[in-house]
Amino acid sequence: MSNLFNSMIEWIDKRFPLTSNWKAHLSEYYAPKNFNFWYFFGSLALLVLVNQLITGIFLTMNYKPDASMAFASVEYIMRDVDYGWLIRYMHSTGASMFFVVVYLHMFRGMMYGSYRKPRELLWLVGMAIFFVLMSLAFTGYILPWGQMSYWGAQVIVSMFGAIPVIGDTLSQWLLGDFTLSDAALNRFFAYHVVTLPVVLVTLVFVHILALHETGSNNPDGIEIKENKNPKTGIPVDGIPFHPYYTVKDIVGVVVFLMVFCGIIFFAPEMGGYFLEYNNFIPANTLQTPDHIAPVWYFTPYYSMLRAVTVNFLWIDAKLWGVILMAASVVIFCFLPWLDRSPVKSIRYKGPYFKIALTLFVISFFVLGWLGTKSPTPLYTLLAQIFTVIYFAFFILMPWYSKIDKTKPEPKRLKE
Amino acid sequence: MKKITIAIFILCMAPFSLFAAESGMALDRAPVDTTDNASLQRGAESFVNYCQTCHGASFMRYNRHRDIGFTNEEILEKLVHTGQKVGDLMLSAMRKKEGEEWFGVVPPDLSVIARSRGADWLYTYLRAFYRDDATGTGWNNLVFDRAAMPHVLYQLQGEQRLVVKTSDKGEQKSLSLVKPGELTVAEYDKFAGDLVNYLVYLGEPHANTRKELGFMVMMFLLGMLALTYILKKEYWKDIH
Repeated sequence: MSNLFNSMIEWIDKRFPLTSNWKAHLSEYYAPKNFNFWYFFGSLALLVLVNQLITGIFLTMNYKPDASMAFASVEYIMRDVDYGWLIRYMHSTGASMFFVVVYLHMFRGMMYGSYRKPRELLWLVGMAIFFVLMSLAFTGYILPWGQMSYWGAQVIVSMFGAIPVIGDTLSQWLLGDFTLSDAALNRFFAYHVVTLPVVLVTLVFVHILALHETGSNNPDGIEIKENKNPKTGIPVDGIPFHPYYTVKDIVGVVVFLMVFCGIIFFAPEMGGYFLEYNNFIPANTLQTPDHIAPVWYFTPYYSMLRAVTVNFLWIDAKLWGVILMAASVVIFCFLPWLDRSPVKSIRYKGPYFKIALTLFVISFFVLGWLGTKSPTPLYTLLAQIFTVIYFAFFILMPWYSKIDKTKPEPKRLKE
Repeated sequence: MKKITIAIFILCMAPFSLFAAESGMALDRAPVDTTDNASLQRGAESFVNYCQTCHGASFMRYNRHRDIGFTNEEILEKLVHTGQKVGDLMLSAMRKKEGEEWFGVVPPDLSVIARSRGADWLYTYLRAFYRDDATGTGWNNLVFDRAAMPHVLYQLQGEQRLVVKTSDKGEQKSLSLVKPGELTVAEYDKFAGDLVNYLVYLGEPHANTRKELGFMVMMFLLGMLALTYILKKEYWKDIH
């Protein structure tokens, strides 16, 4: 039997690099042995991606991308399709959990300096994934055609209208109509189920290739490849990804599934954060809701969009808001070059970086919370203050990371 | 361990405070129990008798009510009054155009109303109508000012009047029953409670199945957790 198996593998290996790839990416891909809790979220993001692809395919089998039928077709899935409610909740919860794991994954990178040389390109590909993910979330949220789908999309589309000269033409071109309508729903459906998923899967593939070229960073932020066993050429602090990290990641998967399933089965609306209450009202083009709030993962940027209230330098406040909002996301791309610290990991960085990162996390949460609220003068002032802190984290980084008092990095991994 | 606690905290960050009544009035707690079939059946009958003339539940099929203990024959006898078939959707008897002419707005479909409004809001709303000669319908509502819907249940509840007390805390509005209806206050509350319970069921008919299945899934995952953890320990013995 094992003979038959071996000759089969041999047959394949002559025609396809199966064994060599298995070795290069799993059984002989050496990862640092000190990965901690924060290193689960990469593989979990992959898990959520697969969940979204599979449940998404089943949803398209019954969903109708037609402004007069979309809302009813979602309820048809929820009621009349066998286990349709489960597929739909897996997809809607998956969307939010995708952002949870990706935010934690990015935060890990910021803590341990995973974006630093030689992983700049890996970080940039990751940022591209994040942009595509945001587009996917936006186009997907329109599809149920509820009040929040409709009016949330109106807000986003009106941002394109704020761009001078070409704004109106651009938004008409995006919408295929003068307002958000059936034409837009159809094309956003096409982007959501074909274009963007193809781009996302490709980028994830490139992300993993780039990771396996440089090798993984680790909580100590030192390169395990600089310390190889002279005989074998294997990093002394490295262990094969398979079986060590496959069995470890499976434990992470089960813990994650407990959280994930806990939400799906016991709180699918997650208190109005994962499925907004107003989105259970069919889209009404004549009735603007009192309060339009995006889904939670967009609220920090939405706060910054609303934070600008004055015209400045011949550019009006609305356009400044759009510029600031775009900048708040794009600025992550510059991290590899903003960080001038001699060490990578927070373990060896000094107090300035620790304070800056803490303030950044606080501002991210406060801005996120403010984005769910109707603006009041106090809230707008808070949003302005925390927008400044948010940007200061990045803009002042070349300075505070350079003068910070760092500790010496060890030669070998500590754990 | 500290880091794990932080991350779990982040995972659970989404607080539960988005939902607020438009008037800011305190809402009464609705007696919701979607496993109580008797209550759901009473609510279903009230729904088809009192609500469905104007409001549809057009995402719901009549025969889905087998979930709450009705047989097909009972469904046809007790719920279908419009000559529809048992597998049909619960449409309203009123045409949209008529609704717009009569009430100024098309009465909304109620299939998922409990998911957008919330049970407590509906329960308070159904009990908060009062006489107001300043409105077109002659009725007004404490939680939904100038609601287009007249008090269609006034024969059951009777007539309430608005009582406004001004103290140093500001205006305090309350209602008092001036003309009793066919039901006592307790009976009417129960009637409204059953109806709201049914609307909650109507919003998500599979909610009970969801929770039951969820319990089994969590049990399975607990077992998986133990097995995968032991597997990991075994493999990692030679690393640590």
